[in-house]
Amino acid sequence: MAHVDYLLTEEQQMIVDLALRISKEKIIPVRAELDEKEEFPWDIMKELAKADLFGLYIPEEYGGLGKGCFEMCLALEALAYGCIAVTTTYAASALGGYPILLYGSEEQKRLYLPDIASGRRFTAFGLTEANAGSDAAAIQTTAVEDGDSWVINGAKQWITSGGEADVYTIVALTDRNKGARGATAFIVEKGDPGFGFGKKERKMGLRASSTRELIFNDCRIPKERILGRRGQGFIIAMKTLDLARPGIGAIGVGLAHAAFNEATRYAKERIQFGQPIISFQIIQHMLADMATQIEASRALVYAVARTIDAGAKDFAKVSAMAKLFPTDAAMKITTDAVQILGGYGYMKDYPVEKMMRDAKVLQIYEGTNQILRNIIGQAINKEQIIKDC
Amino acid sequence: MPLNIVVCIKQVPDARTVRFDAEKGTIIREGVDAVINPVDLNALEAGLSLKDALGGEVTAISMGPPQAVEALRETIAMGVDKGVLLSDRSFAGSDTLATTYILAKGIEMLGRFDVVICGKQSMDGDTAQVGPGLAVRLGLPSVAYVKEITVLNDGGLFRFRRETDSGYDVVEVEPPFLVTVPPLLNTPRLPSLKGKMRAKKADITIYNANDIKADLKKIGFEGSPTRVVSTAVHAFNARKEMLSGTVEEQVRALIGRLKEAGLL
Ligand SMILES: Cc1cc2nc3c(=O)[nH]c(=O)nc-3n(C[C@H](O)[C@H](O)[C@H](O)COP(=O)(O)OP(=O)(O)OC[C@H]3O[C@@H](n4cnc5c(N)ncnc54)[C@H](O)[C@@H]3O)c2cc1C
Ligand SMILES: Cc1cc2nc3c(=O)[nH]c(=O)nc-3n(C[C@H](O)[C@H](O)[C@H](O)COP(=O)(O)OP(=O)(O)OC[C@H]3O[C@@H](n4cnc5c(N)ncnc54)[C@H](O)[C@@H]3O)c2cc1C
Repeated sequence: MAHVDYLLTEEQQMIVDLALRISKEKIIPVRAELDEKEEFPWDIMKELAKADLFGLYIPEEYGGLGKGCFEMCLALEALAYGCIAVTTTYAASALGGYPILLYGSEEQKRLYLPDIASGRRFTAFGLTEANAGSDAAAIQTTAVEDGDSWVINGAKQWITSGGEADVYTIVALTDRNKGARGATAFIVEKGDPGFGFGKKERKMGLRASSTRELIFNDCRIPKERILGRRGQGFIIAMKTLDLARPGIGAIGVGLAHAAFNEATRYAKERIQFGQPIISFQIIQHMLADMATQIEASRALVYAVARTIDAGAKDFAKVSAMAKLFPTDAAMKITTDAVQILGGYGYMKDYPVEKMMRDAKVLQIYEGTNQILRNIIGQAINKEQIIKDC
Repeated sequence: MPLNIVVCIKQVPDARTVRFDAEKGTIIREGVDAVINPVDLNALEAGLSLKDALGGEVTAISMGPPQAVEALRETIAMGVDKGVLLSDRSFAGSDTLATTYILAKGIEMLGRFDVVICGKQSMDGDTAQVGPGLAVRLGLPSVAYVKEITVLNDGGLFRFRRETDSGYDVVEVEPPFLVTVPPLLNTPRLPSLKGKMRAKKADITIYNANDIKADLKKIGFEGSPTRVVSTAVHAFNARKEMLSGTVEEQVRALIGRLKEAGLL
């Protein structure tokens, strides 16, 4: 039977094939153990580096492959088919790299991007604080100019790959009274004086990904580590998230597809009342809804990613959609997969238990799904022209 | 010291899709995927990690039909620098004597070489003769079945641990030499994206019998003193019995049968 054909180029198919192969050969065999031990997946990160995947979105002149948001989505989906904790670790490195790619000076790009592309240096992105989650403008971390350096004070919370990453792009207040224009982005390196890490969080899911506090205690960095212009911090953070969000949607698609496959396989094998449970229409309908939601999610993610790569300017709304729908679907689909496996689904012996625990975070990080609805709603409200279909 | 490394690879039918025609006693080749002989991936990994450590160049060489070009492309995706295919209608029917002759002539075309690596044995032919036979043809010392490789004197000397039935040998050899490797030597690397893109465009050198100046009496059927007279598929003719009843009844019946047979 036909599958939806997304008309991938030969190179795009190569990316899918390789990422899926890594998923099956290197990730799936170890995912339960990494989850159980809350172990950072260094070995797999090295495999991704050797496969050139860290350079996917980085231009060729900086040692990357020069691909776009769409190719990132393809890779993320295939890796998420294996484990989204591992995939989040990979995605977080792009989230830390995008600000340098989008706003870095030529020197900064030459200094950091080749190392990021080769996987030699690993990156993270720090915006959230204890009192500033959805309300990013409430951040309290400050950066003050002092001679030829910046001195940073404060703490960032729940930073993916905190402590493991080498290069951090963070946002701090530089002018408290200027509101949204009062924040600036900086590059901080592991080992900078006064830069340390707090405790590693213990989490419901996504346990192989490391989530930690970044602590700045009179952290002194050279003046040229400012990213973009003074006052541009929130813009940089928002543009970074706009570019990254379809990738989170893609992670949702890969995860949902994996859960759907587990549920389908099980439904064909499990005999109750003398017949495979897939012969019950209600189970078939659940699987039908799952399959349809997955395909709709994938189509949306791919279409938005291609829109971005085609050079769209103001894509906050569509990018939010490409995260919102697939991640809500992934939560529903992983929950239904557990339901189809019944008691076995609730046990750690089957992978859907972890998939359901993991799925939840997709509705929370990189903008909660309520905040995404706000973004989409506000954009609709602002749009002057109501477009015909 | 940079080394010129040659890895011999053979394209074989994928064991997962292969089927036999029991009547004709042949492999059904239609619809069967071709893959690189699995242990040859370990040979490639050995060659590529020597290059990683010492520098130099890795060439993959294969004798086979034109479609073996795909196997060589795969090696380039893994990081091999150059692929060479020895292909000619007149090579068909070669036994191991002829195969080693053809491979030796092909390798001599490459100029200087320091290390030749083969898999221990192929999945289909299964003779494990090509490695040692090729060493004889090339006049090289040969170490078969190496389980551990240690580089000494910056590549001027190699120490191998070679598994034997009763224990192991430690052997030291100076290049040039030939080794054959077993499956558990290492974990073959996956291809990289840049490698795959390079592989797509790579020029694979193809030499025919003429190019390698092969003596036509030494290749193909004519050069092969051995003949496969017939191939047979092992038939399982064991007695079959299905046990029925509840799980408990089946288990009880099974234990009874095993006791009857004196197995329990
Ligand atoms: C595992 C993990 C990894 C993370 N990694 C990173 C990282 O690498 N870098 C980083 O900077 N951050 C990271 N975060 C932080 C993440 O982005 C925030 O958790 C997220 O933005 C939400 O903020 P909050 O948790 O403080 O929730 P709050 O903002 O306190 O929200 C609480 C609830 O209120 C709702 N809410 C808040 N405001 C509104 C509103 N105006 N309208 C409607 N509903 C509203 C929210 O949707 C939510 O349901 C990570 C979080 C997790 C859990
Ligand atoms: C008695 C006999 C008769 C045969 N007759 C025929 C015939 O009529 N027609 C026919 O098509 N085949 C025939 N074959 C098969 C053919 O001879 C072998 O496949 C071939 O010589 C390689 O031997 P092998 O597969 O046993 O390799 P092995 O010696 O088991 O392989 C060891 C290693 O040598 C290297 N190697 C082996 N073959 C190649 C290759 N082609 N290119 C590059 N490297 C290689 C690889 O590194 C491999 O891992 C015959 C084989 C035998 C034993």
